[in-house]
Amino acid sequence: MKRPSLGAILLGLIPFAATCFSVSLWDRVYPMILGLPFNFFWLISWLLLTPVCMWGAYRLEEPRASAARREKGDAE
Amino acid sequence: MNSSMVALAIMSGIVAVGTLVGFLARLHHKMDLEQWTVGGRGFGLVLVWLLMAGEIYTTFTFLGASGWAYSRGAPVLYNLGQAPLMYVVSFFILPLIWEAGRTHRLQTQADFFRVRYGSTYLAAFVALIGVVSLIPYLQIQITGLGLIVEVASFGAIHRTFAMIVSFTLVAAFVFVSGVRGVAWASIVKDLLLLLAAIFIGIAVPHIYFGGVGPMFAALAHAKPRHLVMPGATENLGHAWYISTVLMSSLTFYMWPQYFAASFTARSGKTLRRNAVIMPLYSITTSLMLFVGLCAVLVLPGLSNGDLALLTMVRRTFPVWFLGMVGGAGALTAMVCAAIQLLTGATLYAKNLFKPIFAPGMTDQQVAKLAKVMVLVLTLGALFLAIYSSISLVSLLLLGFAGVAQLFPGVVLGLFSKRVTTAGVFAGMAVGLALAVFLMLTGRDPYYGVNAGFIALCCNFALTGMVSLVTRVRVVGFDTIMPVLAASKSGDGTSFS
Repeated sequence: MKRPSLGAILLGLIPFAATCFSVSLWDRVYPMILGLPFNFFWLISWLLLTPVCMWGAYRLEEPRASAARREKGDAE
Repeated sequence: MNSSMVALAIMSGIVAVGTLVGFLARLHHKMDLEQWTVGGRGFGLVLVWLLMAGEIYTTFTFLGASGWAYSRGAPVLYNLGQAPLMYVVSFFILPLIWEAGRTHRLQTQADFFRVRYGSTYLAAFVALIGVVSLIPYLQIQITGLGLIVEVASFGAIHRTFAMIVSFTLVAAFVFVSGVRGVAWASIVKDLLLLLAAIFIGIAVPHIYFGGVGPMFAALAHAKPRHLVMPGATENLGHAWYISTVLMSSLTFYMWPQYFAASFTARSGKTLRRNAVIMPLYSITTSLMLFVGLCAVLVLPGLSNGDLALLTMVRRTFPVWFLGMVGGAGALTAMVCAAIQLLTGATLYAKNLFKPIFAPGMTDQQVAKLAKVMVLVLTLGALFLAIYSSISLVSLLLLGFAGVAQLFPGVVLGLFSKRVTTAGVFAGMAVGLALAVFLMLTGRDPYYGVNAGFIALCCNFALTGMVSLVTRVRVVGFDTIMPVLAASKSGDGTSFS
């Protein structure tokens, strides 16, 4: 098992930047989108966008993990 | 049949089906300690997803989320903010924990500490924190179940009776089927809860306002301040949001039952895939928030916000539907309590009792003691739920701040060779003391920042400083090296 790659970590930081540290930028009611206040809309969108980021991270990590398994001679 | 009988019949039917599935999960599996605690480490994507969704989305998630939306407003957004982030964190740490678990046959969170740091005392301390934090969580499930059954049966069933009957069932199927029973019972629970949540979340705003959009428009007109932080509160603003989201997303998997759930997976790949898809389940939480916000306008002045969801359902829907929601809610409490019982009992037997009182115990004896502990913990939590009147939520928050202090030991244990046992011990003890002090003296949030987060930062700083001045003695886990020694096996007792 290797440490996570830099690319995967950067992809994982995107949701943190978008939904945690930037709260004062998006915590507002207007503009309402799809009938939702902007802050609700923003966080709900990230429930859908986070899997996209992490799917990217998965594509980066899985080849490395299986290479490490092969090195060890494990059967998966 | 009168209406309470209809609701009651449906509710009991659902609980009976869920329990039966839990019992049947045992078939074709020999229940030794390994099978009972970690399902033989053979769960694929679907079972791991069910187990994790089953144990993470508790009754508290649903009643609590809608209740916060009702009584506090926008600060409840922390719940939507932390949800995807905790799975991001799990993507990076759970596969490593799993790897260590498989190599060293770890079954509990405390095992992880024992093997990594080579100290049974540190492990016993970790187990103690785990068991003590689990008790209020368990009690919340029991109390929540009593409340749900009482409301859904229109008071026909007394909550004490409901609590005793359902928790006898829980103890029985944990006893018989272990973690496999929990995962299978989750199938029934998740399916019903998903259906109910989606239906309620869409139908309630539609019935009262003609849709989610008009509902928010009405709310933005009537109570605009409810929709941005700090909502109806004084001190839950942006600093609180950031610190709370960071603390709960980083440390969520430090709850011993979620931590140990990673050991059930067949491979690290399963856990990574699971982490990618899990945020989608949280969409149901956002629907629960809509119901809570609807209740702000429809049912103003409820004394207990946690009842907002159930009261809305009872007021809006026919009685059979109330029975279904009640059944789903009761089963949810049972599934979540089951895994908490299993985890607490195993921690006690394996990492507290055995090393301190009877180091010579065999695995079979540990398994037997753990099963006895299932009964003891059930009785204890039932007793507390029936006779104690302490505010549970504050105890639970204390428990969460407590298990959060395990995070530096886990993450540094995975990624750093420099961290020492003394450092982890010191950081954990001080973090724990600080969290308890701040919370019990009413200083949460402290200057607008989450008290648990402050404790966690101090914990990290102290772990780092003490580690730098004490001598390094790297013990277990070749995970901190690039490649594990594949030949290593045994339960790691050689290190202790």
